[in-house]
Amino acid sequence: MISFDIQQHKEKPIYQALLLGGACAVVSLLLILGNHTTTQAIEDHRTADKLAMLAQVLPQSYYTNDPLNETRELNHQALSAPATLMLAKKDGVVSAAAVQLSIAGWGGIINMIMALRPDGELLGVRIISHTETPGLADKIEMEKSDWITGFDGKSLDNVSEKGWQVKKDGGEFDQFTGATITPRAVVKGVHTGLLMYRRWAESEEGLKTLAGQASQNAENTPEAAS
Amino acid sequence: MSQFRQIFREGLWDNNVAMGQMLALCPLLAVTTSATNGLGMGIASLAVLLLTNIIISSVRGVISPQVRIPVLIVLIATVVTLVDMTINAFMHDLYKVLGLFIALIVTNCAIFGRAESYASKQPVLNATIDALAMGFGFMWVLVAVGGMREILGSGTLFANASLLLGSHFAWLETTVIPDFSGILLAILPPGAFMALGFLIVIKRLIDRRLPQKTNNDLVTISSHC
Repeated sequence: MISFDIQQHKEKPIYQALLLGGACAVVSLLLILGNHTTTQAIEDHRTADKLAMLAQVLPQSYYTNDPLNETRELNHQALSAPATLMLAKKDGVVSAAAVQLSIAGWGGIINMIMALRPDGELLGVRIISHTETPGLADKIEMEKSDWITGFDGKSLDNVSEKGWQVKKDGGEFDQFTGATITPRAVVKGVHTGLLMYRRWAESEEGLKTLAGQASQNAENTPEAAS
Repeated sequence: MSQFRQIFREGLWDNNVAMGQMLALCPLLAVTTSATNGLGMGIASLAVLLLTNIIISSVRGVISPQVRIPVLIVLIATVVTLVDMTINAFMHDLYKVLGLFIALIVTNCAIFGRAESYASKQPVLNATIDALAMGFGFMWVLVAVGGMREILGSGTLFANASLLLGSHFAWLETTVIPDFSGILLAILPPGAFMALGFLIVIKRLIDRRLPQKTNNDLVTISSHC
């Protein structure tokens, strides 16, 4: 009887070793197989999600290229991880840019994306993910409140350095009742994004990349560089 | 048949995962900010519990007691990972809603508890029934705690249920108290402890009124997670 045989050998150390090793081998095989069959599909979904996220702040009509592949890395001391700058181009000319960054909120990392015109004016901001207090600080989500649309049209030029704070701190942006830290973090994140974009736009590489549009949009370029 | 009825009775009430065995409290307390979230976690746990119980019960003959714990852990972790990858790849919309819960199942002692104490000693059919009973038992507690917190915290019940279950279930979404700003405490972590505490109190009160024979073996709490 096979089962009887197993019972007899179960106590031997070699059985334990083989069992554990065998289980790990089988499991690893299954995981390799599973990973192999799902990687491509998961990658496709991830790209689609990123594009959908981008579409929330930047309408598809703004670009003809693939902004996900036209990226730069931006750094700022206020951020713990580098931000991603995505360039939207129409007929080879930069028509808009998107900055995705993460900033520390109250309950964890707030991940956000903002779209800007080449001159640095905000087209829109959206929160991608956050772990803030539900019911209190989740008004930063578009689904819960239109607070986040308060950033539309703002830029470093039409809001002063001091204005980039919540009203409680003397700035222009509303805080929420009972939750100041979250909106403060979002305002700081947006401000940092704009500062990083301006620094990039004024850098040699940025000027060269944006130069394509200088001929078309002559008035805006000096402003962006100012 | 009465044996299966007993298994269901154990899982749904007497030896309920959350209220009797006091297991799986971390996912329970963490995700139940709404009834929909509770339901999502319940579905994900039920699916994983069913798979692990069946697999472990089928290989119980070869597992030796000395190394059973690492073998069970490896098996459970693999099932959770495979379920996570499969849902992510082929049911991506569902994954966006359930993704968080599936990863959290790894922290769920109930799965391991059932594998260790039941599935590794019982035939496949019994293990399957046990998984269903325990899974549904855990699910109703999750939905009950989530529902209590959601009604008190936001005045709604099953908000966003159509995201989880599809648009056919949009009728589940109800506003219990209109224009209600909510009691914040209910949504915050202490609210989870309170809601669960009330549920356990109610269960104990009911148990006390039941004939003595059913509660003479009231659970001895041996381990927590």
